Amino acid sequence: MSELSVSMSASGGLPQAPVLPEAPAKVTVRNLNFYYGEHHALKNINLTLGANRVTAFIGPSGCGKSTLLRIFNRMYDLYPGQRATGQLMLDQTNILDPKLDLNLLRARVGMVFQKPTPFPMTIYENIAFGIRLYEKISKSEMDDRVEKALRGGALWNEVKDKLNASGLSLSGGQQQRLCIARTVAVRPEVILFDEPCSALDPISTAKVEELIQELSENYTIAIVTHNMQQAARVSDKTAFMYLGELIEFDDTSKIFTSPTDRRTQDYITGRFG
Amino acid sequence: MALNPIYSRRRRVDIVIRGLCFAAAAFGVTWLALILVTLLYNGLAGLNLEIFVADTPPPGSTEGGLRNAIVGSIIMTLIGVGIGAPLGLFAGTYLAEYGRNDRLTSVIRFINDILLSAPSIIIGLFIYGAVVVPMRGFSAIAGALALAVIVIPVVLRTTEDMLLLVPNPLREAASALGLPRSLVIKRIAYRAARSGLITGVLLATARVAGETAPLLFTALSNQFFSLGLNKTMANLPVTINNFVQSPYAYWKQLAWSGALLITLTVLALNIGARILGAERTAK
Repeated sequence: MSELSVSMSASGGLPQAPVLPEAPAKVTVRNLNFYYGEHHALKNINLTLGANRVTAFIGPSGCGKSTLLRIFNRMYDLYPGQRATGQLMLDQTNILDPKLDLNLLRARVGMVFQKPTPFPMTIYENIAFGIRLYEKISKSEMDDRVEKALRGGALWNEVKDKLNASGLSLSGGQQQRLCIARTVAVRPEVILFDEPCSALDPISTAKVEELIQELSENYTIAIVTHNMQQAARVSDKTAFMYLGELIEFDDTSKIFTSPTDRRTQDYITGRFG
Repeated sequence: MALNPIYSRRRRVDIVIRGLCFAAAAFGVTWLALILVTLLYNGLAGLNLEIFVADTPPPGSTEGGLRNAIVGSIIMTLIGVGIGAPLGLFAGTYLAEYGRNDRLTSVIRFINDILLSAPSIIIGLFIYGAVVVPMRGFSAIAGALALAVIVIPVVLRTTEDMLLLVPNPLREAASALGLPRSLVIKRIAYRAARSGLITGVLLATARVAGETAPLLFTALSNQFFSLGLNKTMANLPVTINNFVQSPYAYWKQLAWSGALLITLTVLALNIGARILGAERTAK
């Protein structure tokens, strides 16, 4: 198990699977432990998120995958009694540094949530709002940026004629893509997806999945999902977690065809979870 | 087809209970309707332009209106809400946003609930001791402060409730975009709860618009038109209270009209609050 958790390059070589070359590390996790008060929720996690790659986190409910995701942007800091130990680097930045400016970190590490969370304002403002936090730009530049972000979120064609409508008037799938566009608009380096499709219908899900793959050209992506087919479809690497431990971390094609650990195999074949 | 005896018994019980519920509701609404009809009947009779342009008459006179009392009520209500609403808003924000996990929060909430149900005459007496006695006289500002003390717990409660209704993922999403806490509250939480927050302030305004007891010991009343905040000030509730007990028919008539005015104002505020509340749920 210990050699598995660091076997990032052990792709083994499945001739039919398109395995991308090993990417430079964007986020490095070393001996990461996490506690909810007394509860030891994550145990000695070691892995890397490759730059411009999609890394999927799978595992049964309560295994700690969302917990891990919420450490990458220090979301847990909003709540008392939660703490992380170990090392977590975003390029040269120590994410766990208590003196780190969290707002700047979160500008670099964006997050899309399980339920769509449009802000109570117009579609245009939903996007412009985040940009204005960091940049002072003219109206025409802002129009460009909003359009670009909405195109980036694959939403432009559906909303270009009603930019002043409330973000809440959109359908669930559109709202989620609005949230993705909003995240992309502030030009982060890493985007975290926390079960982004679990509240969406199959067609919206397909759109979001396609979008995630497109986004990986420019961003480093981590996605937590309950849907194993989704992990297989969108990700380059997959991490299987169980009871707070990282059981297996490897190329997605390897995890889904010839996992090394018995528990991984049991999980992906639906024997538990 | 013969009915199952257990079922037919249940049906009979249902009819009886439904009848009792209807009777109880009708009983309550009847008295309310009688009050309103009486108020409309007596109040409308004396409602004319003079009410709004002439001041309260001296004893025995059959001319005069309620201008000084209306203006005084508006001034003291506005100042009271102007002082009390921001305090309630900020305190409610603290409880819902910053102090959610504090033990202090539950203490404050408990004390606020007591304040919320405290008889308003107690608040009048408190301001009498805290403001009127040291200032050596009744004053409009003392009246406004008493109203503010009533406004605070109402607005605090609605603010906290409304902010707690804002889903937490919305706050997380805003934080995840790099928003500092203050902006998450100001730009996201307040915005999401806006209509509820305004409703709270409107309901608090409606509540104090008709308060008599806290003004009795603070602003007292004034026969004349006065805008001075350090002097006694006329106001509708106390004027009604005084005029109703007088022997003069014209004063009694003015009291009816004043009561109607307050009732209509409170009604308008409540309707406004309803409309805003409906907007919120429609979204």
